[in-house]
Amino acid sequence: MAAAHAEEHPATTTGLDHRKLLIWAFLASDCMFFGALIATYLVYYGKSLVGPYPQDVFDIPVTSVSTFVLLMSSMSMVLSYSALRRGNIKAFRIWLLSTCILGATFIGFQVFEFNDFVQHGLTPRTNLFGSTFFTLTGTHGAHVTLGIIWLLSMFFYSFKKGGITPAKHLELDIAALYWHFVDIVWIVIFTVVYLFGVFEGF
Amino acid sequence: MATFALPVPKRPVSCTGVWGWITTIDHKRIGALYGITAFILFVSGGIEALFMRAQLMRPEMALVSPEVFNQLFTMHATTMIFLGVMPLSAAFFNYLVPLQIGARDVAFPRLNAFSYWTFLFGALILKLSWFLGGAPNAGWFGYAPLTGLQANPGVGIDFWVVGLQVLAVASLAASLNFIITIINMRAPGMTLMRMPMFTWMTLVTSFLLILAFPVITIALLELMMDRFYGMNFFVPAAGANPVLWQHLFWIFGHPEVYILILPAMGIVSEILPTFSRKPLFGYPVVVLSGVLIGFMGWMVWSHHMFTVGLGPVANSVFAITTMAIAVPTGVKIFNWIGTMWGGSIRFSTAMLYAIGFIALFIIGGLSGVMHSSAPSDAQQQDTYFIVAHIHYVLFGGAIMAIFGGIYYWFPKMTGKFLNEKLGFWNFIFVFGGTNITFFPMHFLGLDGMPRRIYTYAEGMGWDFWNLVSSVGSFTLAFGVLIFIVNFFYSLIKGKQAGADPWDARTLEWSIPSPPPEYNFAQIPVVHGRDPLWEQKHGGHHTVPVAGGSVGEGHGIHMPQPSYWPIFTSIGLLVGAYGLIFAWPVAVLGGAILMIGIYAWSLEPVNEPDPAHH
Repeated sequence: MAAAHAEEHPATTTGLDHRKLLIWAFLASDCMFFGALIATYLVYYGKSLVGPYPQDVFDIPVTSVSTFVLLMSSMSMVLSYSALRRGNIKAFRIWLLSTCILGATFIGFQVFEFNDFVQHGLTPRTNLFGSTFFTLTGTHGAHVTLGIIWLLSMFFYSFKKGGITPAKHLELDIAALYWHFVDIVWIVIFTVVYLFGVFEGF
Repeated sequence: MATFALPVPKRPVSCTGVWGWITTIDHKRIGALYGITAFILFVSGGIEALFMRAQLMRPEMALVSPEVFNQLFTMHATTMIFLGVMPLSAAFFNYLVPLQIGARDVAFPRLNAFSYWTFLFGALILKLSWFLGGAPNAGWFGYAPLTGLQANPGVGIDFWVVGLQVLAVASLAASLNFIITIINMRAPGMTLMRMPMFTWMTLVTSFLLILAFPVITIALLELMMDRFYGMNFFVPAAGANPVLWQHLFWIFGHPEVYILILPAMGIVSEILPTFSRKPLFGYPVVVLSGVLIGFMGWMVWSHHMFTVGLGPVANSVFAITTMAIAVPTGVKIFNWIGTMWGGSIRFSTAMLYAIGFIALFIIGGLSGVMHSSAPSDAQQQDTYFIVAHIHYVLFGGAIMAIFGGIYYWFPKMTGKFLNEKLGFWNFIFVFGGTNITFFPMHFLGLDGMPRRIYTYAEGMGWDFWNLVSSVGSFTLAFGVLIFIVNFFYSLIKGKQAGADPWDARTLEWSIPSPPPEYNFAQIPVVHGRDPLWEQKHGGHHTVPVAGGSVGEGHGIHMPQPSYWPIFTSIGLLVGAYGLIFAWPVAVLGGAILMIGIYAWSLEPVNEPDPAHH
């Protein structure tokens, strides 16, 4: 009956699952969250009255490694999803756990980096750079942490009978969209905050 | 691989009593909860306004202290915008959108319940500030650094910062829900250009909400970081720019204006055709002008900042965009008048309110065009002229339409009419009171009376019009009182209303009043705009738009109620108070939140079986 209607009438639905549409709409909203934070960072770029300044604390090689780690986590996320679609639950679990470990490694780098900056005398209270930098990257780190908790929950849930099956790949698809989005935001942050921060003439 | 069992929480079954309301996920009940809560908060905001009008009635009155007056105008505006007009609109979204598009509920019923409870708790955080150390006192726009710790060490701003962030969560969840519902759940045949205008305006408003609220949330987060953790976002001594807050706030704040008025425009666009017995004049143009307003609403924010000193180029650009946005608004007004033109008009209370909306919104719109001109605005900035303008568009506009909407849809929600005689006097007093209160503010403003002053000296020439305005405000309050009487009277003794008491046009009138829990016994099939009207009067379409009568609902499985939406919201409430008072409480709140989210996602899915459609 439903199929017959679909032919008679013009489409009144996207055909996407509600939850998939929800995550897309949420990510649109999340863009504005990060947009406002990045805008604040740029408005205050170079406006700090006292140091340390970006070029005093940034260690581009180290952050490049952590960026690479995060980007690789997106790849293992894709591999995990593809394994689930093929029905290879074991590979799905391995790649999912790898994604979590890579994400956690990134967070480890961030903790190390924050500590290092504090050693250099940069705290969120030091100057405008400190306030904007820690709030922006801290919000991003919170997003990654939330993503790790989400993916780990799915990992454990997959051991429940019928928990995650190839038929339920949408659940992973949604988490993966979130994960990739958070990665893309990091590419923007790495470029705008880190790279622009150390290049002279910007 | 080993498997393990997860503790699966049971869903409540009962839909009756207090627990039935606490655990409900029915969009109609949630709509009713939104409506009643928001109306009570609207009255509380009105009482705050009456205190101010009483204080300003005569020169040099000492009814309230200057400190309390600051709190009064801050809380009045914050209440009316975030706790009055927005949730009253949300009440209509909740109740009507699924009915208008021929759906059985929204896309995410539990998320919908979560939105309501989070809104309620956010409202409590804001309103209880009166009793927990002082209300916020820096205006609803909360300009930093005035709201910074140095200028404003009191706890009031803390409640404001945290409460608004909680409200933002509620608004985001609700709007995401409505976007998905409208895009994905329309009945067969209901294309976008066949959607009722109210649903259209809900869609545009929801998009504005999900894109505008993040900006204010980040601004509030930054302010919170300053206040709670000693950061420097808005500390001028550290080099911070005091204009940054203004930009962030108004990038949110101007779309917010349209978030307040577009639902009202949607309501009026439903009432006018019904009581003119004509289709909405120029439907596609009305839709497109609404969408255009949604887009252009993002390009005008700096007209709130003409006197900040952004320079002649910025001021000119924003003056031009502001004048331009009056065009789609004007288009709508002409279309509404065109709808009434030549119609056989019935002057029901709902129709009176809709016409009152058009009249007062035109006045508010015209004074808006006056201060869209930057040099003219330089004279009017921060005077009562602006107060007159915003009250004509928000009270004369949004609230008039909301009252009209209540009179129009009350029969659908309760099965009874609101009393029309009381309704007539309700309208007369509200309409008259609005004009007596707010029109003199134009004169006061042009005479130079500044906003937000707690008193004024005698002999400034402001005595008479202030007295008139105060008398008007009590007239207005009396009008609202008549409405409250009418509400309870009609709930008990109201005339019975059938499924379609107004001879209306859209799908919600094709089902019984009040609608059964499952809304539509049979999902309707739509062949054009105004499907119910076509069925009744169109002649050539005989397909029933809805299987209407009670008792046909056997075999329709609706999702069961749930404890977890309110539980999760309580996590936010506890966490929010924890941020203000003591961080261990915030940790507890976070734990409740996490438990709530896990229980929510592990709860057995209980969706209607597709085989039964």
